[in-house]
Amino acid sequence: MIEIAEVRKRFGRHEVLKGVSLSVAKGEVVVILGPSGSGKSTLLRSINGLETIEGGSIVVDGVRVHDGRETLHQVRQLTGMVFQQFNLFPHRTVIQNITMAPIHVQKKPRTEAEEIARVLLGKVGLPDKAEAYPSKLSGGQQQRVAIARALAMSPKVMLFDEPTSALDPELIKEVLDVMKDLAKDGMTMIVVTHEIGFAKEVADKVVFIDDGVKIEEATADRFFSHPTQERTKLFLSKILL
Amino acid sequence: MYKLNFAVLTEYWPALLAGLQMTVKVSVLSIFFGTLMGVAGALAKTSRFRALRALAFTYVEWIRNTPLLIQILFIYFGLGVFFSLSPMVASVFALSFFSGAYITEIIRAGIQSIHKGQREAALSLGMTEGQSMFLVVLPQAVRRILPPLAGQFITLIKDSSLISVIAVSDLTYVAKNIVTTTFRAFEVWLAIAVFYFVLSFALSWSVRSLEYRLAKSD
Repeated sequence: MIEIAEVRKRFGRHEVLKGVSLSVAKGEVVVILGPSGSGKSTLLRSINGLETIEGGSIVVDGVRVHDGRETLHQVRQLTGMVFQQFNLFPHRTVIQNITMAPIHVQKKPRTEAEEIARVLLGKVGLPDKAEAYPSKLSGGQQQRVAIARALAMSPKVMLFDEPTSALDPELIKEVLDVMKDLAKDGMTMIVVTHEIGFAKEVADKVVFIDDGVKIEEATADRFFSHPTQERTKLFLSKILL
Repeated sequence: MYKLNFAVLTEYWPALLAGLQMTVKVSVLSIFFGTLMGVAGALAKTSRFRALRALAFTYVEWIRNTPLLIQILFIYFGLGVFFSLSPMVASVFALSFFSGAYITEIIRAGIQSIHKGQREAALSLGMTEGQSMFLVVLPQAVRRILPPLAGQFITLIKDSSLISVIAVSDLTYVAKNIVTTTFRAFEVWLAIAVFYFVLSFALSWSVRSLEYRLAKSD
């Protein structure tokens, strides 16, 4: 579903990604771990072209990402993205947030888009919040709306960029539960997160990135029980109690 | 001694109303075209094309660093050498260009005050740059810049009094004529000030109620 090959990226003099490769199969849930500044968010953001790359290639469902405006547009319709800061549109109600792209990008009739939106709101557990403005919702609720908004475009892949990092601890679970359901339904997901519990429970594969390099890649079981690299062991020893 | 006599106002009431009408007409047209100039200027200023940014920069700096009166005289008499513009068309031109430069800066600041995550969210949903600007960024920016924008519109209404120098029969021009024939300077200029006040105050009041209505999503 996704082929990332030897991707390089620099911000000025600083090389953030030093030739990272990764492939993700259909229906697979991949969790990317790594210290802050390791390049994991940048890697995720280059999958839907929010970041340009200087070398290598990324192909999503047969479409090359960094290959001009047309393919970029295609890729963005194949991928949904959920951000750390939710990024809901504050001037629109929940249902308008969810229906905006289906109406303006996919040219769906409003009634059809709203029907889909209501189903998705039910799925993320917020059926009664359709007419609310984002500012009236808790962080966890906002993030669940953001997930519904991304799903409304029926993406083949969902990208999560630290989706729970801006949330109060007691709101994290409601978001992770929605993500677990999504994984169960067979969605292909790439998740940058610090939630080790989620990685252990849901991930098919865990990737550890540090300083722009992929240090280790393994099934979740192996990754946490038998890490092979010293750097990985050190990282795990710091975050696991 | 000078004896106040406000009867002059009733006597010249139709002329005053015609002047008021002209001021309103020129102001409304200039606010409309000035806002269009401002949106275009702001898009150019935040564009990824260097030439557009340079063009917008030149426009804004030229307008902001020369007197409006000179701009009006230049457009009417200066450009009048090549094209014959009616005084009213020249006025709308001058006032639109003038306010457009300030509105450019107001809108640019508004656009840049919107968190970049908003644009990224829009793009990641498959929207084009244009859709992300007009559906997501600008509507939020406009709300934020309503107060300075209203201030600019009010400035424009007041500055429109300058067009009387090219014989547009606006409020100020009409007043000058009435004073010349009646010598009722105090009464007439006081009345004119009240007219401008009512116009400006009504505008700022309606913008404030618009702001209040838009605040419902907070």
